[in-house]
Amino acid sequence: MDDRNVKIHVSNLKKCFGDLEVLQDISTDIYEGEVVVILGPSGSGKSTFLRCLNRLEEKTSGEIMIDGRDIYAKGLDINKMREDIVMVFQHFNLFNNYDVLGNMTLAPVMLKKANKAEAEANAMKMLERVDLVEKAHVYPAQLSGGQKQRVAIARALCMNPDIMLFDEPTSALDPEMVGEVLNVMKSLAADGMTMVIVTHEIGFAREVADRIIFMDGGYIVEEGTPEEVIGNPKEARTIDFLNKVL
Amino acid sequence: MEIIITRYGGLLIKAMGQTLLLALYGLFFACIVGLIFGLMSVIKNKPCNIIAQVFVFVIRGVPMIVLAFFIYFGVPYFLNTIIGLGKQVTLTALQAGTICLTLNCGAYMAEIIRAGIQSVDIGQMEAGRSLGLSYGKTMRKIVMPQAIRTMIPSIINQFIITLKDTSILSVIGFPELVNSAKNVQANTFLSFQTWAVVGIMYLIVITILSYAAKLMERRMNRGR
Repeated sequence: MDDRNVKIHVSNLKKCFGDLEVLQDISTDIYEGEVVVILGPSGSGKSTFLRCLNRLEEKTSGEIMIDGRDIYAKGLDINKMREDIVMVFQHFNLFNNYDVLGNMTLAPVMLKKANKAEAEANAMKMLERVDLVEKAHVYPAQLSGGQKQRVAIARALCMNPDIMLFDEPTSALDPEMVGEVLNVMKSLAADGMTMVIVTHEIGFAREVADRIIFMDGGYIVEEGTPEEVIGNPKEARTIDFLNKVL
Repeated sequence: MEIIITRYGGLLIKAMGQTLLLALYGLFFACIVGLIFGLMSVIKNKPCNIIAQVFVFVIRGVPMIVLAFFIYFGVPYFLNTIIGLGKQVTLTALQAGTICLTLNCGAYMAEIIRAGIQSVDIGQMEAGRSLGLSYGKTMRKIVMPQAIRTMIPSIINQFIITLKDTSILSVIGFPELVNSAKNVQANTFLSFQTWAVVGIMYLIVITILSYAAKLMERRMNRGR
């Protein structure tokens, strides 16, 4: 296709929960620095697909390669791999028993990526980036939803990841807080972070996505640039979905 | 009442000491057993899950008095006579009592720990894992500390039940409070007074324990 580096290569990915086939046959390549937004109705398998990318779900069959390495290979250190491919969750999942700084330094310190002082200095830099320096010593329970999600993003950034996965990062937020989180994500995209985002924010997708993947029933129905998929959809299911949400 | 207190008070207090000693041994090992089986029932490993389930099922389904007789009389008989070990295996009442409390309380502790861990949102584990922390590290640093906070009231409750359950071990002749009180009653025929004093002694000890537990609970919840 072009000369960019393939970051994530997915071929014939299939995932079943018991008899339920959530992912039927997914194949796609995601390039370095690319921002890919996955759209689709609920139950289409988009979150499951995302969770397969860092093995929060185990595949049923197929292949996922990240930087040319099979992430399901025997003997692969899955924890080591996850340091580079972090996830931001719909429900934030901040560690309730640590303050904001603790949330951000726990993994880097435990995984010996930095000593405590370095990790804290780095964490403060990341907090600055999401504009929450004053909340460094506050516990998650005292933050608003939007603040929690910004901390979660900052926490992910502290791992200095190659790839960031976003699983409906604004779906649990009050409408007035959606913007602040999307703004942080936009700045990440502008910095060239490789991002895979599951979202229902069509406007955001149109603005930041390099490519949109529309999924339904466990298949990729349509993919292309925002102009192609949102502006001029070809498949009936895509048109139907966009009519409902726009 | 005065006779019981003045003449037998010392003896009863000493017996209460034995009760506490037995409870302490039992609780200590029960915590270990409970933690092991509790973790075994939450990890993703079918054989471990089944072993933990069977353990809890058996212990919960057998009255402790039966367990006590089984361990104190049944097990040595099995080892000596049925298997025919060369040397005679005997258990002291303290050993048998400790094993009995460990198993009994351990099974309930396992259930408390299992429920406590499962009460922590699965997202906490997923977030830890997705940052590259191992299952064990995430469990230790993130899930367990949160689980313990919700477990504390149930654990305290279980401690109190176990302390009271030591009285059942009077049947295998361990000289704890109830066993000693039976002797006092037999010597004095003052059954009302004897058992009233014994009841009050239990009440005092358990009140002190509950109060200490409340303090600890409040301390752990501070700042949340």
